[in-house]
Amino acid sequence: MAIEVRIPTILRSYTGGAKVVEGAGDTLADLLADLDSRHAGLRGRLVTDADALHRFVNVYVNDEDVRFLGALDAKLNDGDSITILPAVAGGAFGFAAAAAIASHTVATRAAAAR
Amino acid sequence: MARYDSLLDACGGTPLIGLPRLSPAVPEGAPPVRLWAKLEDRNPTGSIKDRAALFMVRRAEADGRLRPGDTILEPTSGNTGISLAMVAKLRGYRLVCVMPENVSIERIQLLRMYGAEIIFSPPAGGSNQAVATAKQIATEHPDWVMLYQYGNEANARAHYETTGPELLQDLPTITHFVAGLGTTGTLMGTGRYLREKVEGIQIVAAEPRYGELVYGLRNIDEGYVPELYDATVLSRRFSVGTRDAVLRTRQLVEVEGIFAGFSTGAILHASLAVAHEAVRDGRRADVAFVVCDGGWKYLSTGAYGGTLADAEESLEGQLWA
Repeated sequence: MAIEVRIPTILRSYTGGAKVVEGAGDTLADLLADLDSRHAGLRGRLVTDADALHRFVNVYVNDEDVRFLGALDAKLNDGDSITILPAVAGGAFGFAAAAAIASHTVATRAAAAR
Repeated sequence: MARYDSLLDACGGTPLIGLPRLSPAVPEGAPPVRLWAKLEDRNPTGSIKDRAALFMVRRAEADGRLRPGDTILEPTSGNTGISLAMVAKLRGYRLVCVMPENVSIERIQLLRMYGAEIIFSPPAGGSNQAVATAKQIATEHPDWVMLYQYGNEANARAHYETTGPELLQDLPTITHFVAGLGTTGTLMGTGRYLREKVEGIQIVAAEPRYGELVYGLRNIDEGYVPELYDATVLSRRFSVGTRDAVLRTRQLVEVEGIFAGFSTGAILHASLAVAHEAVRDGRRADVAFVVCDGGWKYLSTGAYGGTLADAEESLEGQLWA
């Protein structure tokens, strides 16, 4: 009678280093509240002040992106498996590097134009 | 078949292949559920990225951003670099690729063969180091042109103008389109086109879930979502782990004789999920998915043979899609 939640490396400071924790809740919002009662601060890293999922966090219910299942209102069932991951859509290296150069180039051009 | 004036003109127009053995069986009298593979490995350099590379270069030429003899800078760990190298060669540009050292040896050999120059970012510092290296290169060479596939509308446009129409022409009864989510160009372009033309079409994303080594380097506040990404184009989005991707990649060649890379395995995994749902609900389905590239470039990983656990281990820490 529990929902298994996989925690990414970067957030394990909130779970005492645990890779997988268990929680309960009828919706993702309930589950995150339940988790926060035992792992204080975890919810705050995943949910914004406006009660939305953080833009750079992806949450999957049984491998499906929760944003297409109702986001924080997504219904959960006992036995579900939740995976939390930082957003690194696609080639993690390529995008990181490309985004950095692009923003750098824009900044350089803006400086040159002044 | 057909004849073309140059290799660039032979880009796209790839075959759509039925998969009668992998398509799930339906109960007698139930509507058919069929899987179809679009063989993007039949493009000039063997991957779907030829479409985006060609469109991005042509757009930059039309905009006057690229002039003969210019240098193109592309941070890439994969197929885009190979595609751009071929296009750059034929259109008269120099290509410099920046990439981490943990990509497969075949990719490096291919890039060099097509004439690209490679600058490696030190692997020790992880992604932060890679970003720093890329920034430094851009600073030293402000005249180099970066096409930036993650935010370049011509990337999605390539699929809106070619991949989408090809699919609709070959499979007017299409109900689902499934592709990989990287730059998001394939899904955004093809997805927009099909949504305009096919009522109720489902646009399904399959996203690779790498080993922890890849994510371990990330801070959540420094996440990346490509500028091209528009979630409203998608119907669903699946995260597919290394083991499932390898399993399906092997199944595709064993059952249907299609030898593909591991990103295709991830896409097939999501395709089978929606196909089996259709069977369960008694709905007709024609699920078309993308075969991004062939398996040749990944043979050295050893992940096509041996146990799944060994394969998973050999891909751990690699960007396999």
